[in-house]
Amino acid sequence: MPELSDYLILGAILFSLSIAGIFLNRKNVIIILMSIELMLLAVNMNFIAFSHFLNNIEGQVFVFFILTVAAAEAAIGLAILVVLFRNRRSINVEELDSLKG
Amino acid sequence: MGIEKFIFYIFSVLLIASASMVISVRNPVKAALFLVLAFFASAVLWLLIQAEFLAIVLVLVYVGAVMVLFLFVVMMLDINIERMRAGFMRYLPLGILVALSMAGMLIWIVSGDGSAFDHSVLHGPAYSNTQALGLVLYTDYVYPFEIAAVILLVAIIAAITLTLRRRPNTKHQKPADQIAVKRNDRVRMVKMKAEERK
Repeated sequence: MPELSDYLILGAILFSLSIAGIFLNRKNVIIILMSIELMLLAVNMNFIAFSHFLNNIEGQVFVFFILTVAAAEAAIGLAILVVLFRNRRSINVEELDSLKG
Repeated sequence: MGIEKFIFYIFSVLLIASASMVISVRNPVKAALFLVLAFFASAVLWLLIQAEFLAIVLVLVYVGAVMVLFLFVVMMLDINIERMRAGFMRYLPLGILVALSMAGMLIWIVSGDGSAFDHSVLHGPAYSNTQALGLVLYTDYVYPFEIAAVILLVAIIAAITLTLRRRPNTKHQKPADQIAVKRNDRVRMVKMKAEERK
C-alpha cells in the first residue's frame, strides 16, 4: 500500500506546480482560475490521505465542504470573467487598471 | 512492490504530467482538457485509499459540471492567445525557482518515516464509505452542511445576476404588473339601450 508520505509528497508537488502556473500565466485569468482549482485539489489530497491513515472520517467531510466552496467559487469567478469580457473585450490582467488606487 | 503501489505511481505520474501541461500549454481549451485528466487521475488515487464517495463526486461534480463550465467560458470568449503568452519566458526562471524551492521545503518536511501516524484500517467489502460519511455529515456536521447549501444558493444567484442582461428592444412580460391588475383597468362597463332589430 502507498504510505502517508507518498500522498503528502504528491500534494506538495501539485501545490508547487499550481503556484508556478500562477507565476507563468499571470496575464490569463482563466489559467489562473485553473491553477487555483489544482491547488484545492492538492489540499484535498492531503485531507483524504490523513483521513485514511488516521482512520478518521471527518477529513472527508472537510473535503466535501471544500468541493462545495470550490464549485461556488468557480461559478462566480467565471461569471465575473464573462461580464469583464463583455465590458472590456479582454481578460488580460494588465489591462484591468480602471480602479486606480 | 505491491499492485497498489504500482497503481499509485502510474496515476501520480499521470497527475503530475497533466498538471504541468495545464500550466504550460498554449491553448486554454487544451489546458481545461488536461485539467479533466488531472481530476480523473486523482479520483483513482482517492479510490485507492477508500474514499469512494469523494472520488465519484470529484468525477461527477468537477469533470461533469465545473470543467464543462470552464470549457464553455473558454470557448465563448475570443481570446488573443499570443498576447496572453507574452512574458511567459520572462517569468519562467522565477516560476521554476519558486516552485522548486517550495516543493523542496514541503517534501523535506513531509517525507520520512510516517509509520507512527499509520492507523489505517483496510475495510472489507461490506464497508460503505458513503454510509460512513453520511452518518457523520448529517449528525455532527448538519449545521455546516446547511451553510454549504446556502453558499451554493448564493453562488447561483450571484452568477445569474452578474451575467443577466436586458437588451433594450426585446419584449418580455412583467408578472408583477399582470398579477396586480384590477378588473376596472381592463373592462369598461357601458350602459346603453337595447337597439331595435331591423
